[in-house]
Amino acid sequence: MSNFEYANAPESKTIAKISQSYDLFIGGKFVKPKKGKSFNTVNPATEEVLAKIAYADKLDIDLAVSSARSAYTKVWSKLPAKERGKYLYRIARILQERAREFAVVETLDNGKPIRESRDTDIPLATAHFFYHAGWADKLEFAGVGNNPKSLGVVGQIIPWNFPLLMLAWKIAPALATGNTVVLKPAETTPLTALLFAEVCQQAGLPDGVVNIITGDGITGAALVNHPDINKIAFTGSTEVGKAIARSISSTKKSATLELGGKAANIVFEDAAIDEAVEGIVNGIFFNQGHVCCAGSRLLLQENVMDEVLEKLKKRMSLIRVGDPMDKNTDLGAINSSEQLKRIKDLASAGDSEGANRWSPECKLPSKGYWFAPTIFTGVSQSHRIAREEIFGPVLSVLTFRTPIEAIEKANNTMYGLSAGIWSDKGSKILWAAKQLKAGVIWSNTFNKFDPASPFGGYKESGWGREGGRHGLAAYLESDAKVNK
Amino acid sequence: MSRIDVNKTYKLFIGGAFPRSESGRVYEVKGVNKKFIANPALASRKDLRDSVVAAKSAFPGWSSATAFNRGQVLYRIAEIMQGRSEQFIDEICALEGLSTKAAKSQVEEAIDTWVWYSGWCDKLSSISGSLNQVSGPFYNFTSPEPLGIVAVFAENKPSLLGAVRTIAPVISGGNTVVLVASENYPLPAITLSEVLATSDLPAGVVNVLTGKTSELAPWIASHMEIDGVDVAGLSKKEEEELKLLGAENLKRVFRFKNANSPERILSFMEQKTIWHPIGM
Repeated sequence: MSNFEYANAPESKTIAKISQSYDLFIGGKFVKPKKGKSFNTVNPATEEVLAKIAYADKLDIDLAVSSARSAYTKVWSKLPAKERGKYLYRIARILQERAREFAVVETLDNGKPIRESRDTDIPLATAHFFYHAGWADKLEFAGVGNNPKSLGVVGQIIPWNFPLLMLAWKIAPALATGNTVVLKPAETTPLTALLFAEVCQQAGLPDGVVNIITGDGITGAALVNHPDINKIAFTGSTEVGKAIARSISSTKKSATLELGGKAANIVFEDAAIDEAVEGIVNGIFFNQGHVCCAGSRLLLQENVMDEVLEKLKKRMSLIRVGDPMDKNTDLGAINSSEQLKRIKDLASAGDSEGANRWSPECKLPSKGYWFAPTIFTGVSQSHRIAREEIFGPVLSVLTFRTPIEAIEKANNTMYGLSAGIWSDKGSKILWAAKQLKAGVIWSNTFNKFDPASPFGGYKESGWGREGGRHGLAAYLESDAKVNK
Repeated sequence: MSRIDVNKTYKLFIGGAFPRSESGRVYEVKGVNKKFIANPALASRKDLRDSVVAAKSAFPGWSSATAFNRGQVLYRIAEIMQGRSEQFIDEICALEGLSTKAAKSQVEEAIDTWVWYSGWCDKLSSISGSLNQVSGPFYNFTSPEPLGIVAVFAENKPSLLGAVRTIAPVISGGNTVVLVASENYPLPAITLSEVLATSDLPAGVVNVLTGKTSELAPWIASHMEIDGVDVAGLSKKEEEELKLLGAENLKRVFRFKNANSPERILSFMEQKTIWHPIGM
């Protein structure tokens, strides 16, 4: 079958006014880093430098934390909750107004298809602010204690896979519950966070309530270890999550950790196969597979394996890989050369451990970081590609004969973030959902997110939930626990 | 000549049985008058591992029992304890040196604690779960599930109430437990095991170790099959060391205030969110 040829449909870059350089956002102003160090952020699709970004070290973090502390004690904690909520509504509205600009900048900085940043990342980020705005003056009804009290200054560290969305997941609940924030965006995707700093200015948010410091892992560690931080909220790898857990073990800091995953996506023999194939594709190739809850382990019931694989391969050959700014693109660029190397290393481990690799024919651009959509069949549970998080467009296919075997294989992992179930039988879905050790279960769907829906993992996928009523508890003092 | 009392041998409680420590070790427990009372077992690392194996095998049954059934079992524990009150009072008086009245009040509070948590078993998802109003044609709901195996360190004093306060909330949520009893006053916890063994509580749901808290704590901290810890009986420093080692499998580690609270149950539960499309 020959594919339709699509004409190019590029989104215009002109809406994105990216400055040549960005300073740190501390106390409501952009300030130069004390030591004057900087680093570049690049467009992973072209390797062009987008901007020079200030590098924050310990002195800058001291300043950011003290500005957050003083904003907390002098302004934010004294503001009536109703007024706090109005600032969040303002932020949500400004983000909606500037949505297209944010989408373009996100795609340029991250490499994800404009279709996804435009239709998923930015709308969901604004929805998070809108949702939490409404909670600000209703916390006493949230079932999180009789007299909900904020914690103080929160240190937040977010990953590069959904830069603005992760910022929203962190900042919206923190501010709604009355805390102030020092947030560090990922080293490779700082731009939308810095653009968000401008939104805070436009919203008239009191100085110091939100501070944005840019840098790398060392910057993040310095933030975690700052003595005047009350709480850490981190999204990223399980390895770093454990390091954070260790470094706060002798402090009074609390933490929420949203870490890695290796989700099973289970297709039972009675599933609607065409829908399941769409769900498999969405599960692993959405956002280049740079998703902690990606459905990276496909578990197929043996008697439908051939049918599913045939349809999956056919569907995969229709995936359009290339320019993220093209509105027809399905799979964009890998976020960084480092991440590309990790994906390649793990895929090679798949080859050398005896799994069979398959990718559709697809031309990859010569510049930038790219990896073709890939599946491995003949994968066994001990293979690295079945155990380790690849965080790329690589799917490991395993099989099972009975539902019980499916559950055993699905739960055979240190992770427990998400899982998928495909079946047309309601009782089987609910049975499987109950057995699976994961915080989010998608049945006959995958990779759905909503501010009203709590998100977070079992086991080594982390601590706590984000979103929904449950996410509020992480930013409020507990009635029953000894925290201090 | 007056009759010679038949003294009880205080042993561990693992998987529904009462073994001695595999190490053969014991330690001497004396009463307030410095008089010898008993030689309870000084639990070893192997005893801890055996307890975790027992807790692990009891988990599927206990966590999938109906909440109503779990509530009945917890209530049954209270009933059996009530009948054993005198024995608990005697042990507490001898060990903690309390007046009979104070000991009685501790026992009564312990019994009432079981009753209180019994009533929570089938109300947890009502108060902590939710049906989430997502923007799309999806049915989306969140409900709590037990974490798995939870180790609890009881405070030294009150010896009986400290044990009950840590165990009851954890098993009411469907977890299984390894209790490290009060080091100085372990006997009421062992007598509590005898109550648990005769209260329809399945074997292995609660396992009781006696011995040195400081010796057991690091092994519990680094045990990869233990999912959560209540550190009531640990010092601040021991708590910090346990958290450091426990980070390896991201143990959920908490210290609670003494008052009863549903949060003591829910802290050792995970919230699971399930999505399903709505359509024809």
